[in-house]
Amino acid sequence: MSASVAVPETAVDVEKIRADFPILHTQAHGHNLVYLDNAATSQKPRVVIDAIVRYYESANANIHRGVHYLSQLATEEFEAGRATVARFVNAAKASEIVFTRGTTEGINLVAQTWGRTHVRAGDEIVVTAMEHHSDIVPWQMLCGATGAKLRVAPINDRGELIVEEFAKLLNPKTKIVALAHVSNALGTVNPVKMLAALAHAQGAIVVVDGAQAVPHIAVDVQDLDADFYSFSAHKMYGPTGIGALYGKAALLEAMPPYQGGGDMISSVTFEKTTFNKVPHKFEAGTPDMAGVAGLKAAIEYMNGIGVDKIAAHEHDLLEYATEAVSALPSIRIIGTAAEKASVLSFTVDDVHPHDIGTILDQEGIAVRTGHHCAQPVMERYGIPATVRASFAVYNTRAEVDALVRGLRRVREVFA
Amino acid sequence: MAELRDLYQEVILEHSKAPRNYKEPAHTNHKAEGYNPLCGDRFTIYLEMDGDTVRDIGFQGAGCAISKASASMMTQSVKGKTKAEAHRIFAQFHELVTGHSHDHEAELGKLAVFSGVSEFPVRVKCATLAWHTLEAALEGKQEKVSTE
Ligand SMILES: Cc1ncc(COP(=O)(O)O)c(C=O)c1O
Repeated sequence: MSASVAVPETAVDVEKIRADFPILHTQAHGHNLVYLDNAATSQKPRVVIDAIVRYYESANANIHRGVHYLSQLATEEFEAGRATVARFVNAAKASEIVFTRGTTEGINLVAQTWGRTHVRAGDEIVVTAMEHHSDIVPWQMLCGATGAKLRVAPINDRGELIVEEFAKLLNPKTKIVALAHVSNALGTVNPVKMLAALAHAQGAIVVVDGAQAVPHIAVDVQDLDADFYSFSAHKMYGPTGIGALYGKAALLEAMPPYQGGGDMISSVTFEKTTFNKVPHKFEAGTPDMAGVAGLKAAIEYMNGIGVDKIAAHEHDLLEYATEAVSALPSIRIIGTAAEKASVLSFTVDDVHPHDIGTILDQEGIAVRTGHHCAQPVMERYGIPATVRASFAVYNTRAEVDALVRGLRRVREVFA
Repeated sequence: MAELRDLYQEVILEHSKAPRNYKEPAHTNHKAEGYNPLCGDRFTIYLEMDGDTVRDIGFQGAGCAISKASASMMTQSVKGKTKAEAHRIFAQFHELVTGHSHDHEAELGKLAVFSGVSEFPVRVKCATLAWHTLEAALEGKQEKVSTE
């Protein structure tokens, strides 16, 4: 999709979509809720809420454990959820999908299993300067435990990764390259496929933080050639507490387990335990079965609209919002990459983001203010925080207009 | 419904734009740093103590309008006061901004403009950051104060 083509809002039927989300009828401080904090978590359509209820009403039993009717049903639904996730990101097979609590847990899983096995003192791990804390801290912990070194690929003033600098950091000591597909603080879309090729040429594996990509753009893990790809259901219209980690089969097979417990074993004696096969080896304990039902429904919901249509609609909103907000006085947009998805981060001279957040909240407008768990990004721009509006398929141009009116109100209060 | 003007009173806006005692006093002998990780607000409070009395006070740092104005007005209100008096003012101020008691508004004088904060619970930490930091400075604690 070309960045310059304005996609008419009629590409998706927003009013029909809005009706699917019960929470969007909320009144906040006497105003219709304008929910622009989707990068933190998206709202959930009725079908997702119903899928969770339906799971408990008609399918609940522990999986992989019982011979009885419900246990088999629950197991089938759980594994059907895995197959749906695999198709959604185009994994080669369902067993390449490990269910996790979310993006964070998926990254930690890779750091603690693949990382602990393959990373040695003197090795290097490369991250980018736009990472979320959850794609920094697990690698720092791995470095602390192994004596490896963390290297950071810089970004330019637009918030784009500087590819030449990234390439310079890579060498045969580089064991892991970890990067966001889409930055939550800046909205930048990284050219993952090209970066992965550079990393692979040096023998490193590529771990992608897909938290902000999967909700907004079509993801094909095989085309990207990602070794691991981690994401959260709650940012893509699904429930909290569930996410998925894609890993290439050969890598998953060779990795030690993450946590020990039930479900992840084939047999246990006090002398020796044999681990289950992948992906179960990485899913110790009773998983979030209702969560998987909700995630499956969320994916079906997105597919029902069409991921490309969702992307086009959000792209239109982002362009519209960027133009309207930029036209206001004293605004500085943080993150002006050529390729962006869904995130508009900005500051207003002399007015702290926290004050802006409070004033917008009084108008019923929910934005995020703060460092967005990306303190190094804030440091890069020399600011303590930004205001972040982030869009989902149910947002409208009228809501962007409300945001602009709210920002005018900020000016009045601080006149 | 909470009113924005109750929070952003003229006096508060004015102090946030032109904070008083925004300096490190020459004879500082106590200081502490305060940090609110939620919004990145960060202040250092400097004290020149003469025995138990705050002879001079200043602050520096960055934060939202509420936290900055609160720091500014705090420096005015505790200058010349004893440690015990400063603690007492903070205790009353805390009651006010958390909405527990408006009994001390008269005694708090100018600081009573912060009463509107009680309608905005997420902003209580903004209003009290400088005060918590002051307490640490008075106690001569060296570690960073965090509102979390
Ligand atoms: C880019 C990015 N990575 C990782 C995360 C962490 O996701 P979660 O908290 O769902 O594990 C988030 C969300 O906060 C994010 O935006």
